Amino acid sequence: MAEADFSLKPADLDQDQAPIRIDPLEKIFDVCRSMSLWPMTFGLACCAIEMMAVGMARFDLARYGAEVFRPSPRQSDLMIVAGTVTKKMAPAVVRLYEQMPGPKWVMALGNCSISGGPFNYKGQYNVVEGVDRIIPVDVYVPGCPPRPEALLEGLFMIQEKITGKRWWPVAKPVGAAEVKRGAQ
Amino acid sequence: MNPPFGIPPELFTILLALGLLAGFVGLNGLVLVYLERKVAGHIQRRPGPFEVGPHGILQPLADALKLVGKQLITPRGADKWLFWTAPIISFAPVFVLFLPIPFGPVLTAMEMDLGLLLILAFAGINVLALCLAGWSSENKWSLLGAARAVAQSVAYEIPLLLAVLAIAFQFGSLNLSTIVSGQGAWPWQWNIMVQPVAFFIYFVCALAETNRAPFDLPEAESELTAGFHTEYSGMGFGIFFLAEYANMIVVCAVATALFLGGWNGPAAPGVWWFLVKVYLLLLVMMWFRWTYPRVRFDQLLNLSWKWLLPLALINLLVTLVLVKI
Repeated sequence: MAEADFSLKPADLDQDQAPIRIDPLEKIFDVCRSMSLWPMTFGLACCAIEMMAVGMARFDLARYGAEVFRPSPRQSDLMIVAGTVTKKMAPAVVRLYEQMPGPKWVMALGNCSISGGPFNYKGQYNVVEGVDRIIPVDVYVPGCPPRPEALLEGLFMIQEKITGKRWWPVAKPVGAAEVKRGAQ
Repeated sequence: MNPPFGIPPELFTILLALGLLAGFVGLNGLVLVYLERKVAGHIQRRPGPFEVGPHGILQPLADALKLVGKQLITPRGADKWLFWTAPIISFAPVFVLFLPIPFGPVLTAMEMDLGLLLILAFAGINVLALCLAGWSSENKWSLLGAARAVAQSVAYEIPLLLAVLAIAFQFGSLNLSTIVSGQGAWPWQWNIMVQPVAFFIYFVCALAETNRAPFDLPEAESELTAGFHTEYSGMGFGIFFLAEYANMIVVCAVATALFLGGWNGPAAPGVWWFLVKVYLLLLVMMWFRWTYPRVRFDQLLNLSWKWLLPLALINLLVTLVLVKI
């Protein structure tokens, strides 16, 4: 019996280029693309629970037009890799990425998909240490799991990456003094 | 209005109507996408699209442009010609469907005696498009979705026809304008008071015909990925969606004309009454979608063959007896 091939194969990055490009028009298209990023219904581990929370009433991804979770990769623009990518799952992730039509974006959600997270130790044999080894990642959202707000911030950063403009106000980081006041 | 270039006046009316209808269907698609997402949001206690334009009103526009700008993928094993004809076949009959609908006392694109028959005949073409789409995609989910679409359509076309037939017998006409003018301005003069059973059957069947939840089995997300349009990207998917919304408007417009008094209404010109009634029915459809879970396929067929069909037959018989007396 031939030995099974467990080596990781990165995704094929070939995409059709647009036959014509008109720059001012392309800018309008880019704004539209950034405002309707439809993610794929696709979760791998516990980070997917946070991803679901973002779609629900408290955080409501719909406000930014990104609540249309499409089940088919053919209709989605954004792949949220939510969770641990095992070596067994890796080929499926690669295939799903290849099935998405361009232009497409990838968000690595959580430590596991960024670097393997807690599974990154000596002698570890079954987890892909960073999904960027197999598919190109646009935005990394750290956390274990990240807060839903972090996912929203990741979405804003992808929007910024597409259009070159920050669209929404930046939340001020909570200062040490305020943290102290809150602790009392 | 005098038509230019010596075009026959009837042809001119139809051409003008087709132009206006194209605009109407496109605009309605945008409005309904926005409404659907807002209604979904509010039913789930969240605001829905909110940040893209004031209260998110530019959201459907962004979606539409994004879909236009997406890469179009033809799967390797797919039948290329059938694959790309299917969305066109699903959208093309929409224009014919709108022709005999009486939007107002004079605002009918084409007055014809067999208007109702024309609508019922052309509404069936959509199923052919779904069938072709599923067959040519070379994808098991698509094929299963298409098979469901066909089975569902065969099951629901019959009670729908029988329900509509009861109204046609009552008025002795298949002309929608005649049926509308036979009803009065106030709700108690509408057909829904005389034929509540027929309205119920018609509305349930209309939900199934337009593949809306709880009967959206051809594209059941949880089991068939995206059903018949699994392999369609960008505008291919967009056109299917536009056709679905256009079909929703058609079934609601026919329901309005048959059961809810059409353009009859106190004060205000008829067109507005017609549009208000159509949009109220559309909102009810959306309300259903976000309230009821999807039924199982055997439940769907059982409901049609065992309950709606006998009910429609009894309703038709009673109507016939009453009309004769």
